[in-house]
Amino acid sequence: MEILEYGFMQRALLSGVLVGVACSFMGSFLVLRRHSLFGDGIAHVAFGGVAVGLFAGVFPLWTAFGAAVGGALGLQKLRTWTGISGDSAVAVVLVSGLAVGVLLVSAAGGFSVDLFGFLFGSILLVGVGDTVIISAVSTGVIVTMLALRRQFLHIAFSEEQARVSGLNVAALDYLFMAMAAVTVVASMRLVGILLISALVVLPNVAAMSLGFGFARTVAASAAISAASVVAGVVLSFYLDLAPAGTIVVTALAVMGCVLAASRMR
Amino acid sequence: MLEARSVSAGYGGRPAVDDITFSVAEGDLLGIVGPNGAGKTTLFRAILGLHPYSGTIRIFGSAGKELVPLIGYVPQRIWFEPNFPATVRDVVSMGLISEKKDRASEQLLRRAGYSRRRTPGAASEKMDEAMRLARVDHLARRRIGELSGGEQQRVFIAKALVKDPVLLILDEPVTGVDAETRGRFYDAVESINRDRGIATVWASHDLDAIRRHASQVGCMNCSLFFHGPKDAFFEDEEAIKTYTESSMQIHMHGHGAHNGDT
Repeated sequence: MEILEYGFMQRALLSGVLVGVACSFMGSFLVLRRHSLFGDGIAHVAFGGVAVGLFAGVFPLWTAFGAAVGGALGLQKLRTWTGISGDSAVAVVLVSGLAVGVLLVSAAGGFSVDLFGFLFGSILLVGVGDTVIISAVSTGVIVTMLALRRQFLHIAFSEEQARVSGLNVAALDYLFMAMAAVTVVASMRLVGILLISALVVLPNVAAMSLGFGFARTVAASAAISAASVVAGVVLSFYLDLAPAGTIVVTALAVMGCVLAASRMR
Repeated sequence: MLEARSVSAGYGGRPAVDDITFSVAEGDLLGIVGPNGAGKTTLFRAILGLHPYSGTIRIFGSAGKELVPLIGYVPQRIWFEPNFPATVRDVVSMGLISEKKDRASEQLLRRAGYSRRRTPGAASEKMDEAMRLARVDHLARRRIGELSGGEQQRVFIAKALVKDPVLLILDEPVTGVDAETRGRFYDAVESINRDRGIATVWASHDLDAIRRHASQVGCMNCSLFFHGPKDAFFEDEEAIKTYTESSMQIHMHGHGAHNGDT
């Protein structure tokens, strides 16, 4: 295929598929724990981190990683410490990150092209260095999630039962939140902060409607996510559309078809 | 094997369990009866290390939480997403999740001079056996959310059994379930207790079921006002009268009836 001869396309597809799979794995547990908008919250904190990086002249992906992990752990602490619900904690963290970002952007004198890339995604502009970082992070998250899938499933099913079984629920929760945060940051360059929840939520909503057990649901979600990324990138190339929007619209279309098929069964 | 001495626990200064002392011996099937709000759930949560308490709780002589992973626990209800993508087999396999920790707990058990009966075979064979004992083997491939309340509770029994527990704690496990399913559930619990010799502590409002299946009875309403053999309880008019009066009192005040036990 002609499209695969381009280096930028190879990088976009490799990092896109890996991030798509990592997001769908992470999303399966977030959706089950009713934390679907966690990705959105952390992405907005990461936006604050990007703004800090651009403001201070530091590589923004690093500051975004720091802000996202700090925000995710802070969110978890806020939830357990104050007892407020998960969605309220996400809202608090989301507006905090966004406010810091907006303040720094206005202090710097306005939006820059780089910031737009993070907000709306720029999968075709991902460089070799970005691809290496994104691939390493995504692979690490996928491997860890696979190794601890039974523990995370048990916690998603019932935190109390998991505790009685002897699992260190607090430590596993912090680990999960930190991994979710780095996955969100890795996805930012691809689909952008504003559309991040799409890769976390849509493939899982579709896969869960299929009526499978856990292993097949996670596999179906990963397949839907990877297929949406590949189809979205290829379609955007030939139709000259924004890649992030095309990926999300493709995932939405797949989800719609799967939900309709499940209803008809 | 389980010993509670002067155990008290509560919520924000309000006592739910007051100075309770009792013990469970190997092979016992102890039925705990008491009205809603009597503190049964709080007592169980204290035993499982999920609720702070004062006093002493010893499991096989150990006062810490080290042996809690060897307890099989079935609560009144586990709330989960209706379309939770887990089959019955997936849920039962969660019982095997802490095998490493279980082995450490078992060493502690052995040092205390007790042994744990292990089901032979690989993990999948253990799951088959646990599902057979809980009578849910025919449901193995079904999603947990598709099952009735009684079937789900039997699945949770299988999940508790698969790890070869040394003690089963069942907290009103069939509340709101139809009479026929309840009967099948009680039969399964009794046969597990009898055939596997697993000591069981079981909270219930169903005095008739306690009379048919339990070997010991504990009757509580914040404090424990009877603990002894089943026959002694049902022959003790004073204990029955106290139980009935406390139930009536709770009923008339509508206390806790809408939201299970405390």
